[in-house]
Amino acid sequence: MSSLLSQLRLAALPPAAMALRAEIKAFLAEALDPAPPHVRARSWMGFDAAFSRRLAARGWVGVTLPAAYGGANIDAFSRYVLVEELLAAGAPVSAHWIADRQSGPLILKFGTEAQKAFYLPRICRAEAFFCIGMSEPGAGSDLASVGTRARPNDGGWLLNGQKIWTTNAHHCQYMIALVRSSGEKEDRQAGLSQFIIDLSLPGVTVRPIRDLSGDAHFSEVFFDNVQLAPDALVGQEGSGWAQVNAELAFERSGPERIYSSIVLLELWIRMLRESAEGRSHAATVGRLAAHLATLRNMSITVTARLARGESPVVEAALIKDLGTEFEQSIPQCIEATLGAGSGSDTEAELYRTLAYVSLLAPSYSLRGGTREILRGMIARGLGLR
Amino acid sequence: MFLEALEKVLADHATSAAIRAVEAGGPPDALWQPIEQAGFLDLLLPEAQGGAALPLADLFPILECLGRHAMPLPVGQSIVARALLGDGAALPPGLVTIGLQLQRLAGGALRCPQVPGGGLAGHVLVADGESLLLLDAAQARRVPVGDPRNQTADLEWSATPPVMQLSTGGQHLAPFAAAVMAAQLSGAMQRCFDMALDQCNTRVQFGKSIGKFQALQQQLSMMAEHVLAAAIAAEAAFRADGAVPSALAAAVAKSRTSEAVVLVAATAHAVHGAIGMTDEYDLGLVTRRLHDWRLAYGAEHVWNLRIGHQLLDSPQSLADFVQAV
Repeated sequence: MSSLLSQLRLAALPPAAMALRAEIKAFLAEALDPAPPHVRARSWMGFDAAFSRRLAARGWVGVTLPAAYGGANIDAFSRYVLVEELLAAGAPVSAHWIADRQSGPLILKFGTEAQKAFYLPRICRAEAFFCIGMSEPGAGSDLASVGTRARPNDGGWLLNGQKIWTTNAHHCQYMIALVRSSGEKEDRQAGLSQFIIDLSLPGVTVRPIRDLSGDAHFSEVFFDNVQLAPDALVGQEGSGWAQVNAELAFERSGPERIYSSIVLLELWIRMLRESAEGRSHAATVGRLAAHLATLRNMSITVTARLARGESPVVEAALIKDLGTEFEQSIPQCIEATLGAGSGSDTEAELYRTLAYVSLLAPSYSLRGGTREILRGMIARGLGLR
Repeated sequence: MFLEALEKVLADHATSAAIRAVEAGGPPDALWQPIEQAGFLDLLLPEAQGGAALPLADLFPILECLGRHAMPLPVGQSIVARALLGDGAALPPGLVTIGLQLQRLAGGALRCPQVPGGGLAGHVLVADGESLLLLDAAQARRVPVGDPRNQTADLEWSATPPVMQLSTGGQHLAPFAAAVMAAQLSGAMQRCFDMALDQCNTRVQFGKSIGKFQALQQQLSMMAEHVLAAAIAAEAAFRADGAVPSALAAAVAKSRTSEAVVLVAATAHAVHGAIGMTDEYDLGLVTRRLHDWRLAYGAEHVWNLRIGHQLLDSPQSLADFVQAV
């Protein structure tokens, strides 16, 4: 048995994490404004700063950060339950999403004490929203070819270049960007660093890009002689690649790689329960439930390894590939049954929700690493390359 | 401890020659007796009855091991049957399998269709509502179903009194049978994956091992995903608090593992090329078992229907529903 596969044995959520679920449900029942499914379907693409602040006031933003910085200091399992409930409810979590999942933990792990003291409390109060500057026009899957450059100068670093497809850049105060700080393009992963960029600085231009569903969730960001202070660098100069990779297991194995179409699926199930012919789709629904239950157990299993301080990057890639395939199959399965209905109100809302999810679904296997890149990583984990 | 011991017994006795001999209709004794004599059939029984009082969760790796070795005998079913009947000592010796469908025909005749291992088991345990009946398979007319090497058979009795009868436990039989097959499928798919990975590393074409080609790397990655999903789904059926698998987790396990067979078996054969199509090579032995076990006690559609009806009957959201698995 390949060691990659034999290392993943089933894990369960501990009782403390399970106990949190009722609290979260009660909070959401009160704090979440009622919204129709086609709005809630945006889920972790749905931006609502006011909701993020309500969540922060309850102590649930920056949840894994230490209490000294304003965090809830809960473990990875409890965060799992929190995220699962937020996604299942279709809560608009996009404003604080990246800061909670990645930027906060990154600053905690690699930042200076001064950086931690400045950024982490602001993250926990939902006052500082973060985006991730990775892709560039010439650097997508081949991320090591980024050309945006930070050159050391008397004031710190002078930043020039361009990022693109940056989710929420037009809503965020800060970007953590992967840029070249030393060496040349041929040096590939060497000479890359991560910088925290205040997006209000002179020389930063953010232009939202309208997506195919009509939303504007991502942006292009231009840096024209942006003067960064010395402490904009986070972690070690030249260690950006390793730092980015340390985040990947967190980014790829969570519930957000399984639940992206859940609001649509729940709505369809509601419709099937209401209609006389609903039972004819029992096998399809049962199959989706079997897949969801299994993916969820896989995701919890990887969470257990993260909680032990491991970095199961290949296993996370495996779950993301399988999870996004499942998420994408949901609008496909539902579309396959429609077009000759009764025209009920529920059905009309299903059409609206489906229209959005069908258009967004291709992005599931693009964002956070494409399907082909992930499968290459898995093959490497299997020893094939 | 038990796993290592079983691994050794199977390495010594479950050779492909021995498996093929059983498939060809030879006596199962040479394969069966070492397993029986080492006490593996009583793993779930209390220590007072000479068993090992093995927790349900620890049965899972045992069943996976049987699957990895492409076990052609209903060993998993025998372990479960003895536990459900509660007193292994009172059981007649020999192989016991499980049948999930009991048909009562005119004149007191009985019929159990599509019984895995029904071609060679001495007894078959069936559910009759809440009750459990142990029937003497030696008295039955056995009609092979599908490839006779798989030893699946329809069993028919003109009339037969049960050898043993229990008034409770019938509802546990289907979840247990599904869980056993899911675990064995998981083990067999891991074996298939190992064979495919080995072939990728050793077969050379165009001057390099074929695993160096991106097209095959992507296929192996997908195969790994489905093997792992199957393993996690199967294991989840064995983590119930009590002594029997939960009905929902077992349904999910049988559905997910059975579905995974399609891609896993197809990819293993694609990677192996013509050699995998020969009778002599062991891949066919394993993939034959995969298809057989996919059908055993219902393929994925059968279980998906049950899961779907249970969900549609429930007031719960899907997100809450799946937390019970």
